[in-house]
Amino acid sequence: MKNILGIWVNGRWREDAVADNALLLDYLRDGLGLTGTKQGCDGGECGACTVLVDGEPRLACSTLAHSVAGRRVETVESLASDGNLSRLQRAFHEHLGTQCGFCTPGMLMAAEALLRKNPKPDRAAIRAALAGNLCRCTGYVKIIESVEAAANAGVAA
Amino acid sequence: MLPDFRLARPQSAAAAVALRAENPGSRFIAGGTDLLPNIRRGLASPEVLIDLGGVAELRELRADDDKLRIGAGVTLATIAADVRIQQRLPALAQAALAVAGPTHRAAATLCGNLCLDTRCQYYNQSESWRTGNQFCMKLVGDICRVAPKSARCYAAFSGDVAPALLVLGATVELLGPQGVRRLPLAEFYRDDGMDWLALGKDEMLYAVEVPLADGWLSTYDKIRIRGAVDFPPVGVAIALRREGEALAELRSACTGASSRPELIDGLEPLVGKPLDEAGLALLDKRLLKCTQPMETTVVPVPYRRRVMPVLARKLLRNLWQG
Repeated sequence: MKNILGIWVNGRWREDAVADNALLLDYLRDGLGLTGTKQGCDGGECGACTVLVDGEPRLACSTLAHSVAGRRVETVESLASDGNLSRLQRAFHEHLGTQCGFCTPGMLMAAEALLRKNPKPDRAAIRAALAGNLCRCTGYVKIIESVEAAANAGVAA
Repeated sequence: MLPDFRLARPQSAAAAVALRAENPGSRFIAGGTDLLPNIRRGLASPEVLIDLGGVAELRELRADDDKLRIGAGVTLATIAADVRIQQRLPALAQAALAVAGPTHRAAATLCGNLCLDTRCQYYNQSESWRTGNQFCMKLVGDICRVAPKSARCYAAFSGDVAPALLVLGATVELLGPQGVRRLPLAEFYRDDGMDWLALGKDEMLYAVEVPLADGWLSTYDKIRIRGAVDFPPVGVAIALRREGEALAELRSACTGASSRPELIDGLEPLVGKPLDEAGLALLDKRLLKCTQPMETTVVPVPYRRRVMPVLARKLLRNLWQG
């Protein structure tokens, strides 16, 4: 059964007919074509589907679309503006924080939530914030360095 | 896409319970971090999901003079970050922080963790995996794969918060169409992997009350393979009260090692004197006597039996030495 879902996605209010059993992940990827959010393990174990809901990281594969009605959802597509990478995206690019790229959207969104709350996190805080996100390429060190670099770039700016 | 179901979003607990009573094929959903993956794997197939996310009264968290009342819908992240809980009920804050990863804890709730489905390596698998294995008695099949001659299911309860609340002496409030009833948390659980909760078909877990008694020290820790996300092959909570050089009261509880979180009995001989090696040896013995780890996880039983007392000793020593 479909019902009207009113929701903010990347700063824009939308009203769409969405099935009761649609996950937030299904709605974003299949309904809106926002395929930056990845479907990884499909069971809440890998963090590839991490998006922000009212600024907090949330697993889109373990969230029903209707359960976040009226709230503000942000996906990786919202980070760049006017074709320019965000500070965090640029840091991942420059510090080799991404290899195959599959985990990157989830890593970016989890790190984005961290940096908004804690603009100058130490390594322990970065590790804790990314603890639920798996990467099978980088070995994590480059990812942590990328988040650190983004935080330092923010302070310099 | 998940299998078909209807979603109801009631605004009050009373309306949620009424919906549950009207729809026998329904389930409550709170954070959804356990239930939704289970639905995807075919482990649950509700006709109606009753989303408790819109029920504000379930998110109340307040301290009265001598007790803390935590609504069933309070998230684990909120519990872990609450300064009162960190200071007065550290085992609870530590247990909430030990669940899964940060993103899960922001959505996952107290009631979800206390009512967590029991787990087993023969059950928490995809439909095709379980089909190839001809299922198990917890769903569709007729025998328990970890104990084929047994008449019961040995799936393990793996929630982290329950053992902490057991040693803190918590009480649960259950809401049904007839009103509220209260149970000591220990009576909320049964030692049966298929029927592990003393929760009526039309009841919901409404709130938890934890005594704020002076002088108690408490702690929780779990064994895990990965620093985040993993369910505990074994978890141990300890609470104690010290009077001078003597142990005045002691409670211990385990998770991951039986179909229910086990409050360990028979610890009275440790009380009334300083903690000593004989006392620790008795704790080892009682832990192994009161729990029954089976081949429910890929972590072998002999390791879990050895590591449980090691963890308990470490936690008790640390608490005792302050």
